[in-house]
Amino acid sequence: MKEYKTITQVAGPLVFVEKTEPVSYGELVTLTLPDGSTRRGQVLDTSKDTVVVQVFEGTRGIDTTSTVRFTGDIVKLNCSKDMLGRILSGSGEPIDGGPKIVPEERRPIVGAAINPYARQYPREFIQTGISAIDGMNTLVRGQKLPIFSGSGLPHNDIALQVARQAKVLGEAEEFAVIFAAMGITYEEAYQFMNEFERTGALERAVVFLNLANDPAIERLLTPRMALTAAEFLAYEYDLHILVILTDMTNYCEALREISAAREEVPGRRGYPGYMYTDLATIYERAGRIRGRKGTITQMPILTMPGDDITHPIPDLTGYITEGQIVLSRELHAKGIYPPINVLPSLSRLMKEGIGEGYTRDDHPQWNDQMYAAYAEGVDLRGLVAIVGEEALSERDRLFLKFADEFERRFVQQGRYEDRDIEQTLDLGWELLSMLPERELTKIERKLIEKYHPKYRKGQAKAEEAAEEAS
Amino acid sequence: MEVKEAGLVGEIYRISGPLVVAEGLKARMYDLCKVGEEGLMGEVVGLVGEKVLIQVYEDTEGVKPGDKVENTGMPLSVELGPGLIRNIYDGVQRPLPVLKDVSGDFIGRGIEAPGLDRKAKWEFKPLVKKGDKVKPGEIIGTVQETDVVEQKILVPPNVKESVIAEIYEGSFTVEDTIAVLDDGTELKLYHKWPVRIPRPYVEKLPPVVPLTTGQRILDTFFPVAKGGTAAIPGPFGSGKTVTQHQLAKWSDAQIVVYIGCGERGNEMTEVLEEFPELEDPRTGKPLMERTVLVANTSNMPVAAREASVYTGITIAEYFRDMGYDVAIQADSTSRWAEAMREISGRLEEMPGEEGYPAYLASRLAEFYERAGRVKTLSGNVGSVTVVGAVSPPGGDFSEPVTQNTLRIVKVFWALDAKLAARRHFPAINWLQSYSLYVDTLKDWFAENVSEEWNELRRWAMEVLQEEASLQEIVQLVGSDALPESQRLLLEVARIIREVYLVQYAYHPVDTYCSVEKQYDMLKAIKQINDWFFKALEAGKTIEEITGIEGLEEFARSKLEEDYKTAMNAALEKIRKNLLGE
Repeated sequence: MKEYKTITQVAGPLVFVEKTEPVSYGELVTLTLPDGSTRRGQVLDTSKDTVVVQVFEGTRGIDTTSTVRFTGDIVKLNCSKDMLGRILSGSGEPIDGGPKIVPEERRPIVGAAINPYARQYPREFIQTGISAIDGMNTLVRGQKLPIFSGSGLPHNDIALQVARQAKVLGEAEEFAVIFAAMGITYEEAYQFMNEFERTGALERAVVFLNLANDPAIERLLTPRMALTAAEFLAYEYDLHILVILTDMTNYCEALREISAAREEVPGRRGYPGYMYTDLATIYERAGRIRGRKGTITQMPILTMPGDDITHPIPDLTGYITEGQIVLSRELHAKGIYPPINVLPSLSRLMKEGIGEGYTRDDHPQWNDQMYAAYAEGVDLRGLVAIVGEEALSERDRLFLKFADEFERRFVQQGRYEDRDIEQTLDLGWELLSMLPERELTKIERKLIEKYHPKYRKGQAKAEEAAEEAS
Repeated sequence: MEVKEAGLVGEIYRISGPLVVAEGLKARMYDLCKVGEEGLMGEVVGLVGEKVLIQVYEDTEGVKPGDKVENTGMPLSVELGPGLIRNIYDGVQRPLPVLKDVSGDFIGRGIEAPGLDRKAKWEFKPLVKKGDKVKPGEIIGTVQETDVVEQKILVPPNVKESVIAEIYEGSFTVEDTIAVLDDGTELKLYHKWPVRIPRPYVEKLPPVVPLTTGQRILDTFFPVAKGGTAAIPGPFGSGKTVTQHQLAKWSDAQIVVYIGCGERGNEMTEVLEEFPELEDPRTGKPLMERTVLVANTSNMPVAAREASVYTGITIAEYFRDMGYDVAIQADSTSRWAEAMREISGRLEEMPGEEGYPAYLASRLAEFYERAGRVKTLSGNVGSVTVVGAVSPPGGDFSEPVTQNTLRIVKVFWALDAKLAARRHFPAINWLQSYSLYVDTLKDWFAENVSEEWNELRRWAMEVLQEEASLQEIVQLVGSDALPESQRLLLEVARIIREVYLVQYAYHPVDTYCSVEKQYDMLKAIKQINDWFFKALEAGKTIEEITGIEGLEEFARSKLEEDYKTAMNAALEKIRKNLLGE
């Protein structure tokens, strides 16, 4: 084993070691401090003269007499089906007091890229029971759909609700949740754990916890650990995995910290230029593979600094993920839960996962119509602020009312309210029926006649009459 | 890889992510190297004293100082010959299906995979005979590659003019000799070409023919010429990729090269699953029969992403040299620029604006300049049209990549997040977008579509412009305050927007709209406009006119297979209701 006492420099989370044998890039490192405690790190830069090591648990207490041991191995996770029901640290060690995990396999946490040719396009609708998601921004299996939130907004409640209620219609397949917390507070973690235990969800979950007071650099490992576990369970045990990563903003902060310590040329707002590539190696690990049963669906959560969607973190995320669910402070202030603002929200994969055979035949056109009507209503609010509601035409007032009802009745729902897709669509029709029929230009005639409450009532009556007659 | 010369093997000195520094290696800029024991592919990007800087196209984890580096002595090149069409490559022309066979569902490292299948046999028909004099770039025969594409076999542009000594007809693999020249040069069905060097041509020709796309807003208002350049900038979620897919599907090019540069894996899968199913409206064959895909998704190595646009455009130029019209979709050039930035950062180069290297502008310009309608070495006319998507951070068009792109390209299709939120697709803003080809293409439209085309186009654009300025007033005082004629104009503008500009990419009929249909629709809208104003003069109220029956049918008529009958019926209804018998 190669051991050295040649630390020449310590800068932030980095340790510089000299006069080593060849050390490979990415190698796992163990540091032993004078007091006997150990730290783990990874090689970031290696040359014949100097090796740069990033220390996951922080460099406090490290001095030049500390011993550096290069293990000849790269960072790996002990994978086993027994991970289910366990709580692990941000670097994959059990912290629930339970036994060590006996590995069936040790997997490098940096996953290889899925060959695009081997992928299968995601199409299976996941019902989350939340109308604003199922109806307006449908989630499908194998998708990566982040929640863009702000500090103080109930993104955790939404994530929990999704984890609790998510199901694929007509199937009773094995399903598991992998939850990776990066730099969240103890209280938030407690809320998650409590909820998992209370609902019994922990049995089918793996939890990785890096709390706010845990070393920041460890956060760089946590999502990769979680996704390695996800890949293992999905592709070896055919499970359908939902990965919740919270909070990606803390991850990016850690990335910036390392970059600054290495004195790299900073990109926008000090984040490193390679942040896009780095985030992509996390998010792109979602998906489905042809010929394999298990799938990985990702729901990363990030808080937008200053609620700014153009901030580099949400911006780069949005360019990689397949859409986003955006939370709104304004809706939250109105007391609406979940405060999902559907206008900037988007699900890029929904078009293939909705409609006949997936949700219901009217869903695609219904979706266009709901969007258009709500957008028009919201636009009109701006006008009302200037000219007052009296100045609006009868038609405009209906749209204004539609927007209000949309938020109060459609978006708004209980934290434990699990609406199935039929309920969601019918509720939408109820709202659409407030508008004159000729305004429903985005929906085909035959679908209007099939689902518009006006015709359905008629239908129901006719059926009743027929029944009575028989 | 065979090593011929001494000095072509060196040792690794340093590894920092995708950047490897070697010593004791003889190398020229852009030589291709094999790095480490696994033979990872890399390219020389800098020489500092005795040290050679290499950007590696694969993940470098596990590579250590002291490992060997081999220089192949060749620049990064692509193989050009039969077998390109229908294929899907990574950024350095390794076929993804071959990678899957070798390393499974995940991409392994150090896999060598030639761009063209070595075993497939192709039926070669010579067009020249023994004793004929041939020039570089000349066509010497053909191979029917797919039902749609006949590949013309060229004398490589870097071979000297000579006389054919032998030429064979029959079934050959790409490595078999198909002809021998007097000077002893053996010609094969394929040749290699370095990706960073533009392929030669005789001269550039003016862009006077449009590349029709079947998309109303593009063909009518912001057309791109064959051999032209266009950019689609837009924030995420505004429909860049859908627009690129639509162009790849419906533009009237004979060959389409689609470069997925640093984008989503699932999007490439969508193309892979969808294109073989979709029918080319012109040939009736699957679209895949004319498509080459280059896919380097965001999680694949960044250096290969930087190379992918060059790989794509070199393949495009090769088909251009056969006399074909080729369209390139590069999605997204911002990811390419970011790859440059990332590598530049690793090289510790002095950064320019926002950390991008100072040579960003010249690299972008060089790339777009490889577009063009040209007279080829073989005397034919071929073209490469480049459409580049740009993903400006935060949707801010003032950032360096967008700005430097706009200085070069002639067509700007501005995507608008607001339109997208309203589900107005394609979300191309008609006030911000422009095309500098409108004038040069005027004659073509007048000759091939209708004399009235240019006038109709001008009229519709004027209505939209007028609407925009009236909307400002409406925002302040409400539409009731406007005079009746202006309120009527707003209604006409609404029809242009909602019926003409809105086009449903996922509707089987509306996804493609021929230029003839565009003309018919535009003419019909002008007709309705004229009737509206006539009715107004005759004393009808605005409410009567805008609420007239038949408008809804008219709006839906574009979705009918037989749109003409439906449209004429709707028009007749509108006329009757407005003006009576």
